Amino acid sequence: MAEFETPAALVAATEQARLHGYRQMDAYSPMPVEELSEALGLRRTRLPRLVLAGGVLGGLAGYGLEYWSQVITYPLNIGGRPFHSWPHFIPVTFETTVLGAALAAFVGMWALNRLPQPYHPVFNVPAFARASVDRFFLCIEATDPKFDRHATWKFLESLHPAGVSEVVA
Amino acid sequence: MADPRPDTLFAPAADVDLARSRALRAAAVGLAACAIGFVIDRDHFYRAWLIAYLLFLGIALGSMGLLMIQHLSGGAWGVFRRIFEASSRTLPLLALLFLPIVLGMGTLYSWTHADRVQADEVLRHKAAYLNTGFFLLRAFVYFAGWILIAWTMTRWSRRQDEGDMSVNLRLQYLAGGGIVFYTFAATFAGIDWVMSINPHWFSTLFGFMFIGGHGLAALSFTIVVSTFLVRRAPMEHVLRPSHFHDLGKLSLAFVMLWAYFNFSQYMLVYAANLVEEVPYFIARISHGWQYLALFLVLFQFAVPFLLLLQRDLKRMPYRLVWVSLALLVVRYVDLFMLVSPEFAPTGANLHLLAGEPESRLFVHWLDLAAPLAIGGLWLWMFFTQLAQRPLVAFADPYLRDALETTGGH
Repeated sequence: MAEFETPAALVAATEQARLHGYRQMDAYSPMPVEELSEALGLRRTRLPRLVLAGGVLGGLAGYGLEYWSQVITYPLNIGGRPFHSWPHFIPVTFETTVLGAALAAFVGMWALNRLPQPYHPVFNVPAFARASVDRFFLCIEATDPKFDRHATWKFLESLHPAGVSEVVA
Repeated sequence: MADPRPDTLFAPAADVDLARSRALRAAAVGLAACAIGFVIDRDHFYRAWLIAYLLFLGIALGSMGLLMIQHLSGGAWGVFRRIFEASSRTLPLLALLFLPIVLGMGTLYSWTHADRVQADEVLRHKAAYLNTGFFLLRAFVYFAGWILIAWTMTRWSRRQDEGDMSVNLRLQYLAGGGIVFYTFAATFAGIDWVMSINPHWFSTLFGFMFIGGHGLAALSFTIVVSTFLVRRAPMEHVLRPSHFHDLGKLSLAFVMLWAYFNFSQYMLVYAANLVEEVPYFIARISHGWQYLALFLVLFQFAVPFLLLLQRDLKRMPYRLVWVSLALLVVRYVDLFMLVSPEFAPTGANLHLLAGEPESRLFVHWLDLAAPLAIGGLWLWMFFTQLAQRPLVAFADPYLRDALETTGGH
């Protein structure tokens, strides 16, 4: 695992690593770095579709609730308007759409990231404590087919990092 | 782009000159047609002119609003600042193009007729506000304020280019005060120029709808111009997918804002069911106008909303630009929908006609000629202004962030 001082250095190093054929790697940063997911070659997540599905379901549920209560079970004559006065149903539908999408985003994010995760081998590296403050890390994992203890160490050093360390699982 | 050199940052002169001469030719054709329309069908001419005028005024004012927001918020979308500035600097031309509306007040606004006002109790009470002298005074104040803001902002921006960093903070102060003035002035302008066409009707949301339309038109126009520029030096080295992504996201927000304002207005009128408010919507959901209303729901909300939700589309200028071009056309249809149902197919304001007959859906050939005339002149002015300064506000304190590969927003 190599340590870097700027997000730009991390992105450059990640791109280098990919060029050298490394695939099983992860990057750690105290803040979101948009270019990283591209540099890491991450697949697009399923989260956007989950959120869309959550929103659609929430919207249908909200409208359904209004329709069921206003038209089927407890119709009220309000100012002579039709029972199915759809303009009045829209605010509730909108809110439940947002609710469904937000819940799907929240739960989906935790589930897809397999969080909460109280233990991870990278925590064994003392310097990694700064990953949530001001340091940027690139970790090439031992499961990578190209991984070789010596060669990978040398490669990481060639990227001019602030430091290289081994993560003990 | 580590150290941008100002002299290489001007718009590509040949392409801009071509755009200018094409715009002028379009304007010549449009103006000739409008002149014929003025002679043979004056009522339609004034109505069509007002609608086309509002579209381009919206782009200019919306750009000025975005420029002020950009000064206040900072961030990487400052790479579009020169486009906003060039748009804002078209305001003197727009003040000039307002003159036909002043000439046409008599056919556009029924409250300019003393006999109408005397015969109508509501108009008698509104006369303190809706009278010709005060209307003209207000228009003068709006334009004077807007032009003063646009000119001062762009003058200070030039001083920033020359290395005077003392203007940075002043630009922020002016932007803060300017937004307040713009919002009030545009709200009242919307009331004066559009809402008062039907002097009985009123809506407190109208000003915000008017301003939201400015924002959407300005963003769409900026995307179109940026797509034109990104194929050419110097902007091909500056603009990146993330910049278009930002504008696309803002467009999505303004599309939703349009739907939010319009639906809120509709729902409140539907719920209250008041005799002063309902006729506005009845006119727009009957006699053929309902198809146009459906068109707007689909193409100013549903379709662009679903398209702009997609991340990839927002990052590809050549796809995004089609959505933006379509949105500009739909903006025009929306303004047409605001104005035209208050007029008879003959082009006369319904409230000027005896018995106030109902409007039927109509489209007149002047509705194509007027946007051609105003749009041609306006684009000519826009490209003239755009060519005068470097395309990148290279002294912008946020620019370094914007150009870095790990750029912010």
